[in-house]
Order: sequence, then structure tokens, then C-alpha cells
Amino acid sequence: MIRVQNLTKRFDLFTAVNNLSFDVSPGEVLGFLGPNGAGKSTTMKMITGFIEPSQGHVSVCDINVSQNPQAAQEIMGYLPEGAPAYGEMTVMAFLHFIAKVRGLNGEEREKRLASVIKQVELESVLNKPIETLSKGFARRVGLAQAIMHDPKVLVLDEPTDGLDPNQKHQVRELIKGLAKDKIVIISTHILEEVSAVCSRALIISEGKLLLDGKPDELERQSRHHNAICLQLANEYDDMQQQLASITDIESVELAAKIEDRTFMLFPKEGQMLLPEVVRWLDDKQWAVENIHLEKGRLDDVFRQVTRAHSL
Amino acid sequence: MTFNMNMTTIVMQRQLHSYFATPIAYVFILMFLVLSGVFSFYLGHFYEKGQADLSAFFNFHPWLYLFFMPAIAMGLWAPERQMGTIELLMTLPIGQANAVIGKFLAAWLFAGLALVLTFPMWITVSYLGAPDNGVIAAGYIGSWLMAGSFLAIGSCMSVCSKNQIVAFIFTVVVCFIFMVSGVPMVLDSFAWAPQSMIDFIAGLSFLTRFDAIARGVLDLRDITYFLAMMALWLYLTQVMLQRNKAK
Repeated sequence: MIRVQNLTKRFDLFTAVNNLSFDVSPGEVLGFLGPNGAGKSTTMKMITGFIEPSQGHVSVCDINVSQNPQAAQEIMGYLPEGAPAYGEMTVMAFLHFIAKVRGLNGEEREKRLASVIKQVELESVLNKPIETLSKGFARRVGLAQAIMHDPKVLVLDEPTDGLDPNQKHQVRELIKGLAKDKIVIISTHILEEVSAVCSRALIISEGKLLLDGKPDELERQSRHHNAICLQLANEYDDMQQQLASITDIESVELAAKIEDRTFMLFPKEGQMLLPEVVRWLDDKQWAVENIHLEKGRLDDVFRQVTRAHSL
Repeated sequence: MTFNMNMTTIVMQRQLHSYFATPIAYVFILMFLVLSGVFSFYLGHFYEKGQADLSAFFNFHPWLYLFFMPAIAMGLWAPERQMGTIELLMTLPIGQANAVIGKFLAAWLFAGLALVLTFPMWITVSYLGAPDNGVIAAGYIGSWLMAGSFLAIGSCMSVCSKNQIVAFIFTVVVCFIFMVSGVPMVLDSFAWAPQSMIDFIAGLSFLTRFDAIARGVLDLRDITYFLAMMALWLYLTQVMLQRNKAK
């Protein structure tokens, strides 16, 4: 369990993290969301004991990070922002160094190295100096380093930044595969990542906690939640006005260009539109190309929350 | 924070590895050997002196170290801060003290290696005459201890800056101050001060201390002085690390 209490970090006059409190339990994959400069990385640096909080404290599995950083760091794996690593070392030498620091020795070390290398697919670059690697490989070296000792707590700062879609998918699968009894905290500004891997999301802006919930709970706060996306097969007169006249419809927006005949139908508060819309379309004999119910959009909520906050 | 030999060794090995990852280390050692030879033979008049000792060789060590040791030490911390690897290093369960000592030991061993490779000087003097090997051994030990003091100062300067060149320059300046604090010109400018203070300033000088060592007098007080200098500056390195963490 990670407990963050009243965490505050001030740099001169600038407050990067402002009175942040939350708990994370084993089995949770927590996504930190927020615009750039929201305090995500700063919070992670304090959790992992790289910087001292100005106020408040962090405990990891009941170990106070400020008082006993080494003990806390033993149970944590951390991928810092940008995945820093010693560029002049080869991947193999670097991972050996990490394994030694993590107290792995002899046969256990070799076994663990082999398994980690396989997990993040580093076989092809083992003897290359890290500074010659592509961004994707460098990031994976950082991940390998973080999971070397199979830590109880994993803190990953933008783990998929700079990866191509296949590699992103792979890293997400890796995180999902890990998560069972572990605590995972990842920061990202890719919202689909939150829906893809996180069991819980925190939205942070200007160092403050704005929202805390499961990704689908957050999605439900979106104005697109339970809206209907409708694409008509043919042109009809006054399509938008006619659609707006359906019972329980609050508003109709053009979802794309008019030639696409795609509309977003927003329900009145708490109404389920789909049956009514289907009946109406049937009555009118309008041909439908595509119709689906929107779950809600995280980026809506994200923008709504963070904009309102910065105004 | 507890001292852990194992962690210290791991950090030291990694640092040594990074010293020898590029040809710079070899060029550096070569330069050191050539210059120490040039200084002893041309400036120190090794032959003309006609003495079977290495004082001509050791006498120039403080001046050689003034530029060589800051160059070894500047890479201890500044690049870690520049490249961001310090965040990795400081979030691994190593402990600040172990990291500081491990890195310092790597630099000190590196300096030791350069010093050991000057052994042809000893062969030369042994071939030409019958030197007192005890005096020469004392000179080597003293010289290595002094190198450690320079490096510990460099370690502290390196942790204060992200820029290696800045770290180098500051180290040269601080080391220079410690070197010349014993020369009469400096002490004369403190003529107004009480004698105890003048003695204290003179006592801080690397030159004064090393002068005796170069002549083969390895006094326990001088050894203690150099060890204390190392301890002090390594402690200050850790203080600066902690300060960066809390800033």
C-alpha cells in the first residue's frame, strides 16, 4: 500500500505539487493524468525518494520514504522520465549493474536477467552501448531496469513515450501481466492508455488532485456519455433540425462534415436515447449507415476538468 | 545511512567501467606519465642533482595534481546530473554515502593506477644508484594520499554543478588555495592575525605537508591530515547531494 498524505513541493515561488493525498492498494494500476507541468513527475520523484517533499509525506508498504529511503527503494522499481541510463555502457553491462544493486547473485541473477530480457525483447541489442539505441529500445532498457527485481511497487513515468504502436501495445500487455498483486503507478498524457491499462485514474492539474475514479466512472462524467453517434446512409432535408425534434434529445451536433451525414445526439439528463431514436428512424424510413452508443470520452473529462481549473 | 561495502563496490566498479569505456582514460594516463617524466628530468634536474632519490619526481606532484585530479573528479557527478542518470542512481537502494564513497574510490584507484605506472622512475633510480626504498615508498603513499584529498575536493565541486568544465575550474581554484596557503607570500599577508591563526592556515597547506613526505618523512599527522581532508570533502559531497534532494 502506498499512502500519500498532504504532499506538497515548492520550488522557490512555484508550487509544483499542492497538498496531494491519496492511497493506492495492491492490485491497483493507478494512472496519473494531467497536462504537462501538472506535477505528475514531481509526485513520482517524491514517492521514489529522489526529492524531498516540502510538506507532507509518503509511505510505501508502511515505510516512510523520507526517513528510510533505502528500504523503500528496495521494494520499488522506478522508470524515471526519459528513461535515463548510462549511455556508455552496453545493455548487458547496465542490466548486470542493476541486478547487482538489486541484490541478485549467481544463478538467480542470470535467470532473472534472461527472463527480463525476454519480457521486454532486448535480445537483439544486448551488446550495444545504450547511447546508440533508438528511443524505443532505450525506453525498454529503462523498463527492464525497473522490473529487474520483480518489485512489489512499480512507478513508471511515461512508460510508452516514444514507442511505436506495436511497442506501446507490448508495454501495456507487460503492465497488465504484472499487475495482479502489485501496485503500479504510471503517468501519461495518452488517455487511451488509461482506459487500456489502469484500474483507477487521478487527474492532476497545477499540483492539485481534481478527479479520482475508475476510468469508466470518469468517462461517465463526459458529455458524450450515452450520446448516440449516428451516420445516415442518404441525404435528407433539414437532417439536424429533424433529429433535434426527437423526444428526450437535448441537442444535436454535427460530428464531422455535412457530407458525412454524421451527427452526435445528446440526451437530456439521465435519458436513454437508443430505443427512441431507433423507433424514430424506422418511422421516417431513414437509411442508417452506422449507429452506436458512446461510452463517454476521457479526453472530454480531462479537458473539462483541467480547463475549468486553470481558468 | 549505513555504509555497505557491497553497494560501494558495485558503484565503484560501474564508475571505473565508465572511466575506461572511452580512450580518454588511456590518453590521460599517458599524459600524466609523460609530464611527470618531463617535470622530473627537465625542471627537477633529476640527473644533475646526482642524488639516488625521487625527490625531483615527487616535488612536482602537487602541481601535476592541480590539473590532473580535477580532470578525474569532474566526471564523478556533473555528468550524472547533466544526463539525468542521477535520478536513477539516487532511486536505486544504494544510499547516498555508499554512492559518494564508491565513486570517490573509483577516482582514487584510477589516480593510484596512474601513479603505479610511474614505476620506471623507481627502476631508473635503482639502476643508477642505491636509493632508500623506504623513502620512495613513503613518497608514493604520501602522493596517493594527497591525490585523494584533491579528488575529494573535486567530488564535492562536481556534485555542485551540472557542467563538468565548471566543476573542473572550481576544483582547480579550491585546490590551489589549499596548496598555496603555506607559502610565505600568503602567510605574510596574514601578518596582522594572531600566530595561532597563521599556524592554522599554514597547516592547511598541501605543499607544506607534502614537502616533508617527498623527503621521505611520512608523519602520522600528515597522514591524518590528508585522510581528514578526504573525509571532510566527501561528507560535504553528501551534504550537497542531500541539499539538491531537498531543494
